[in-house]
Amino acid sequence: MKLNEIKRLLNLEDLIEDIQGRDVSGVYVSDLLSDVMANARPGDLWITLQTHVNIVAVASLKNLSAIIITNNRKPDDETIKKAREERIAIFRTPLSTFEIAGRLYRILKGD
Amino acid sequence: MKLSETIEGSFSILGGDFARGGAASCELKSILEKLGLPEDIIQRATISAFEAEMNVIIHAIAGTMLYSVTPERIKIVVTDMGPGIPDIELAMQEGYSTAPEWVKEMGWGAGMGLPNMKKNADVFNIDSVVGEGTTVELIIYTQKRGES
Repeated sequence: MKLNEIKRLLNLEDLIEDIQGRDVSGVYVSDLLSDVMANARPGDLWITLQTHVNIVAVASLKNLSAIIITNNRKPDDETIKKAREERIAIFRTPLSTFEIAGRLYRILKGD
Repeated sequence: MKLSETIEGSFSILGGDFARGGAASCELKSILEKLGLPEDIIQRATISAFEAEMNVIIHAIAGTMLYSVTPERIKIVVTDMGPGIPDIELAMQEGYSTAPEWVKEMGWGAGMGLPNMKKNADVFNIDSVVGEGTTVELIIYTQKRGES
Protein backbone atom coordinates (compact mmCIF):
# COMPACT_ATOMS: atom_id res chain seq x y z
CA MET A 1 0.00 0.00 0.00
CA LYS A 2 1.17 3.54 -0.77
CA LEU A 3 2.38 5.78 2.00
CA ASN A 4 0.07 8.66 1.08
CA GLU A 5 -2.93 6.31 1.30
CA ILE A 6 -1.90 5.28 4.83
CA LYS A 7 -1.34 8.93 5.76
CA ARG A 8 -4.90 9.73 4.65
CA LEU A 9 -6.55 6.72 6.32
CA LEU A 10 -4.82 7.30 9.67
CA ASN A 11 -5.02 11.09 9.52
CA LEU A 12 -1.28 11.40 10.18
CA GLU A 13 0.46 14.72 10.60
CA ASP A 14 3.16 14.90 7.91
CA LEU A 15 6.31 16.52 9.31
CA ILE A 16 8.42 16.31 6.15
CA GLU A 17 5.80 16.77 3.38
CA ASP A 18 7.89 15.61 0.50
CA ILE A 19 7.97 11.86 0.26
CA GLN A 20 4.56 10.43 -0.54
CA GLY A 21 4.68 7.78 -3.21
CA ARG A 22 6.61 5.09 -1.41
CA ASP A 23 5.27 1.57 -0.92
CA VAL A 24 4.76 0.23 2.58
CA SER A 25 5.41 -3.49 2.67
CA GLY A 26 5.00 -4.09 6.40
CA VAL A 27 5.19 -2.56 9.87
CA TYR A 28 7.68 -2.83 12.71
CA VAL A 29 7.02 -1.56 16.23
CA SER A 30 9.93 -0.92 18.59
CA ASP A 31 11.64 1.75 20.67
CA LEU A 32 14.97 -0.11 20.77
CA LEU A 33 17.13 1.00 17.87
CA SER A 34 19.29 -2.12 17.70
CA ASP A 35 16.12 -4.21 17.65
CA VAL A 36 14.94 -2.28 14.59
CA MET A 37 18.38 -2.73 13.02
CA ALA A 38 18.17 -6.46 13.67
CA ASN A 39 14.56 -7.26 12.89
CA ALA A 40 12.81 -4.65 10.73
CA ARG A 41 12.65 -5.41 7.02
CA PRO A 42 13.30 -2.99 4.14
CA GLY A 43 10.06 -1.23 3.21
CA ASP A 44 8.62 -1.49 6.72
CA LEU A 45 6.89 1.43 8.31
CA TRP A 46 8.37 1.98 11.78
CA ILE A 47 6.25 3.00 14.77
CA THR A 48 8.17 4.45 17.71
CA LEU A 49 8.14 7.09 20.42
CA GLN A 50 11.81 7.89 19.97
CA THR A 51 12.31 11.42 18.59
CA HIS A 52 16.08 11.99 18.47
CA VAL A 53 18.14 12.29 15.30
CA ASN A 54 19.45 8.69 15.27
CA ILE A 55 16.02 7.40 14.16
CA VAL A 56 16.71 8.94 10.74
CA ALA A 57 19.97 7.01 10.36
CA VAL A 58 18.23 3.78 11.37
CA ALA A 59 15.41 4.34 8.85
CA SER A 60 17.88 5.28 6.15
CA LEU A 61 20.26 2.35 6.72
CA LYS A 62 17.39 -0.15 6.84
CA ASN A 63 15.57 1.36 3.82
CA LEU A 64 12.39 1.76 5.89
CA SER A 65 9.41 3.39 4.17
CA ALA A 66 8.59 5.89 6.94
CA ILE A 67 8.56 6.61 10.68
CA ILE A 68 5.41 7.25 12.74
CA ILE A 69 6.01 8.98 16.08
CA THR A 70 3.23 8.29 18.56
CA ASN A 71 1.66 10.11 21.54
CA ASN A 72 2.18 13.45 19.75
CA ARG A 73 5.82 13.55 20.81
CA LYS A 74 7.73 16.29 19.06
CA PRO A 75 10.89 15.28 17.20
CA ASP A 76 14.07 17.34 17.75
CA ASP A 77 14.74 20.05 15.13
CA GLU A 78 17.89 18.13 14.21
CA THR A 79 15.74 15.06 13.44
CA ILE A 80 13.53 17.01 11.01
CA LYS A 81 16.52 18.61 9.32
CA LYS A 82 18.26 15.28 8.87
CA ALA A 83 15.08 13.59 7.63
CA ARG A 84 14.72 16.26 4.91
CA GLU A 85 18.35 15.69 3.85
CA GLU A 86 18.04 11.92 3.82
CA ARG A 87 14.50 11.96 2.38
CA ILE A 88 12.96 9.96 5.20
CA ALA A 89 9.23 10.48 5.77
CA ILE A 90 8.21 11.21 9.38
CA PHE A 91 4.61 11.35 10.57
CA ARG A 92 3.12 12.12 13.94
CA THR A 93 -0.07 11.00 15.62
CA PRO A 94 -1.74 11.78 18.96
CA LEU A 95 -2.65 8.09 19.20
CA SER A 96 -0.66 5.63 21.30
CA THR A 97 1.55 2.99 19.74
CA PHE A 98 -1.09 0.35 20.54
CA GLU A 99 -3.89 2.30 18.83
CA ILE A 100 -1.95 3.17 15.68
CA ALA A 101 -0.48 -0.33 15.35
CA GLY A 102 -3.99 -1.82 15.69
CA ARG A 103 -5.38 0.43 12.96
CA LEU A 104 -2.47 -0.31 10.65
CA TYR A 105 -2.88 -4.02 11.25
CA ARG A 106 -6.51 -3.79 10.17
CA ILE A 107 -5.62 -1.75 7.06
CA LEU A 108 -2.74 -3.98 5.91
CA LYS A 109 -4.03 -7.39 6.95
CA GLY A 110 -7.65 -6.62 6.14
CA ASP A 111 -9.64 -7.71 9.19
CA MET B 1 32.06 2.81 -10.06
CA LYS B 2 33.08 -0.69 -10.96
CA LEU B 3 34.56 -3.30 -8.72
CA SER B 4 37.64 -4.67 -10.43
CA GLU B 5 40.13 -3.51 -7.86
CA THR B 6 40.16 -2.83 -4.14
CA ILE B 7 38.15 0.18 -3.00
CA GLU B 8 39.12 1.48 0.40
CA GLY B 9 38.72 4.43 2.69
CA SER B 10 38.16 5.53 6.24
CA PHE B 11 35.91 7.63 8.45
CA SER B 12 36.63 9.13 11.83
CA ILE B 13 34.10 8.81 14.62
CA LEU B 14 33.90 11.08 17.65
CA GLY B 15 32.82 9.68 21.01
CA GLY B 16 29.59 11.24 22.30
CA ASP B 17 28.71 12.67 18.89
CA PHE B 18 25.17 11.27 18.74
CA ALA B 19 24.16 14.02 16.30
CA ARG B 20 26.34 12.35 13.67
CA GLY B 21 25.48 8.81 14.75
CA GLY B 22 25.33 6.67 11.63
CA ALA B 23 27.09 9.22 9.38
CA ALA B 24 30.00 6.87 8.61
CA SER B 25 27.72 3.87 8.02
CA CYS B 26 25.36 5.88 5.80
CA GLU B 27 28.30 6.98 3.69
CA LEU B 28 29.60 3.42 3.49
CA LYS B 29 26.13 2.26 2.44
CA SER B 30 25.99 4.73 -0.44
CA ILE B 31 29.47 3.63 -1.59
CA LEU B 32 28.34 -0.02 -1.55
CA GLU B 33 25.18 0.92 -3.46
CA LYS B 34 27.25 2.69 -6.13
CA LEU B 35 29.30 -0.50 -6.49
CA GLY B 36 26.06 -2.29 -7.34
CA LEU B 37 26.28 -4.93 -4.62
CA PRO B 38 23.14 -6.94 -3.78
CA GLU B 39 20.77 -5.33 -1.26
CA ASP B 40 20.99 -8.12 1.32
CA ILE B 41 24.80 -7.92 1.32
CA ILE B 42 24.66 -4.14 1.74
CA GLN B 43 22.13 -4.54 4.56
CA ARG B 44 24.35 -6.96 6.47
CA ALA B 45 27.41 -4.76 6.02
CA THR B 46 25.68 -1.55 7.07
CA ILE B 47 23.89 -3.09 10.06
CA SER B 48 27.16 -4.41 11.48
CA ALA B 49 29.05 -1.19 10.61
CA PHE B 50 26.37 0.94 12.26
CA GLU B 51 26.44 -1.09 15.49
CA ALA B 52 30.23 -0.76 15.61
CA GLU B 53 30.01 2.97 14.92
CA MET B 54 27.42 3.49 17.67
CA ASN B 55 29.56 1.58 20.15
CA VAL B 56 32.37 4.08 19.55
CA ILE B 57 29.97 7.00 20.02
CA ILE B 58 28.46 5.49 23.17
CA HIS B 59 31.59 4.18 24.88
CA ALA B 60 34.81 5.66 23.46
CA ILE B 61 36.62 8.97 23.10
CA ALA B 62 37.19 8.55 19.38
CA GLY B 63 37.60 5.92 16.73
CA THR B 64 38.06 5.16 13.07
CA MET B 65 36.21 2.99 10.58
CA LEU B 66 38.34 1.53 7.79
CA TYR B 67 36.67 -0.26 4.91
CA SER B 68 37.98 -2.14 1.94
CA VAL B 69 35.91 -3.80 -0.75
CA THR B 70 37.22 -6.41 -3.17
CA PRO B 71 35.20 -8.51 -5.64
CA GLU B 72 35.10 -11.22 -2.93
CA ARG B 73 34.35 -9.39 0.29
CA ILE B 74 33.64 -6.24 2.27
CA LYS B 75 35.96 -5.73 5.23
CA ILE B 76 35.21 -3.18 7.94
CA VAL B 77 37.58 -2.52 10.83
CA VAL B 78 36.47 -0.21 13.63
CA THR B 79 39.13 0.76 16.16
CA ASP B 80 38.59 3.01 19.13
CA MET B 81 40.36 4.74 21.95
CA GLY B 82 38.03 3.73 24.72
CA PRO B 83 37.62 1.95 28.03
CA GLY B 84 38.11 -1.52 26.55
CA ILE B 85 36.04 -4.58 27.42
CA PRO B 86 37.19 -6.58 30.48
CA ASP B 87 35.10 -9.68 29.71
CA ILE B 88 34.38 -10.15 26.01
CA GLU B 89 32.36 -13.33 26.54
CA LEU B 90 30.02 -11.46 28.88
CA ALA B 91 29.81 -8.48 26.50
CA MET B 92 28.79 -10.83 23.68
CA GLN B 93 25.72 -11.99 25.61
CA GLU B 94 22.51 -10.56 24.23
CA GLY B 95 21.02 -8.09 26.74
CA TYR B 96 24.27 -7.30 28.52
CA SER B 97 25.13 -3.60 28.35
CA THR B 98 27.28 -1.09 30.21
CA ALA B 99 25.71 1.94 28.51
CA PRO B 100 24.56 4.74 30.83
CA GLU B 101 20.86 5.21 31.60
CA TRP B 102 20.38 8.27 29.37
CA VAL B 103 21.76 6.34 26.40
CA LYS B 104 19.30 3.52 27.14
CA GLU B 105 16.46 6.05 27.13
CA MET B 106 17.44 6.88 23.56
CA GLY B 107 16.80 3.25 22.67
CA TRP B 108 20.47 2.31 22.53
CA GLY B 109 22.33 0.14 25.01
CA ALA B 110 20.00 -2.85 24.75
CA GLY B 111 22.97 -5.21 24.70
CA MET B 112 22.29 -6.10 21.07
CA GLY B 113 25.14 -4.34 19.29
CA LEU B 114 27.89 -6.96 19.40
CA PRO B 115 25.45 -9.88 18.82
CA ASN B 116 24.01 -7.97 15.81
CA MET B 117 27.52 -7.59 14.38
CA LYS B 118 28.24 -11.27 14.84
CA LYS B 119 24.92 -12.29 13.28
CA ASN B 120 25.34 -10.12 10.19
CA ALA B 121 29.03 -10.58 9.43
CA ASP B 122 30.51 -13.78 8.00
CA VAL B 123 33.64 -13.18 10.04
CA PHE B 124 33.59 -11.32 13.34
CA ASN B 125 36.74 -10.69 15.36
CA ILE B 126 37.03 -8.58 18.46
CA ASP B 127 40.12 -7.57 20.35
CA SER B 128 40.13 -5.32 23.39
CA VAL B 129 42.59 -3.97 25.92
CA VAL B 130 41.17 -2.44 29.09
CA GLY B 131 42.17 1.23 29.34
CA GLU B 132 43.27 1.37 25.71
CA GLY B 133 40.48 0.45 23.37
CA THR B 134 38.65 -2.06 21.23
CA THR B 135 38.95 -3.22 17.62
CA VAL B 136 36.27 -5.12 15.74
CA GLU B 137 36.88 -6.66 12.36
CA LEU B 138 33.87 -7.53 10.20
CA ILE B 139 33.99 -9.40 6.92
CA ILE B 140 30.98 -9.92 4.67
CA TYR B 141 31.47 -12.12 1.61
CA THR B 142 29.86 -10.63 -1.47
CA GLN B 143 29.35 -13.91 -3.27
CA LYS B 144 27.96 -17.22 -2.18
CA ARG B 145 30.60 -19.91 -2.03
CA GLY B 146 30.98 -21.72 -5.31
CA GLU B 147 29.95 -18.68 -7.34
CA SER B 148 32.57 -16.55 -8.97
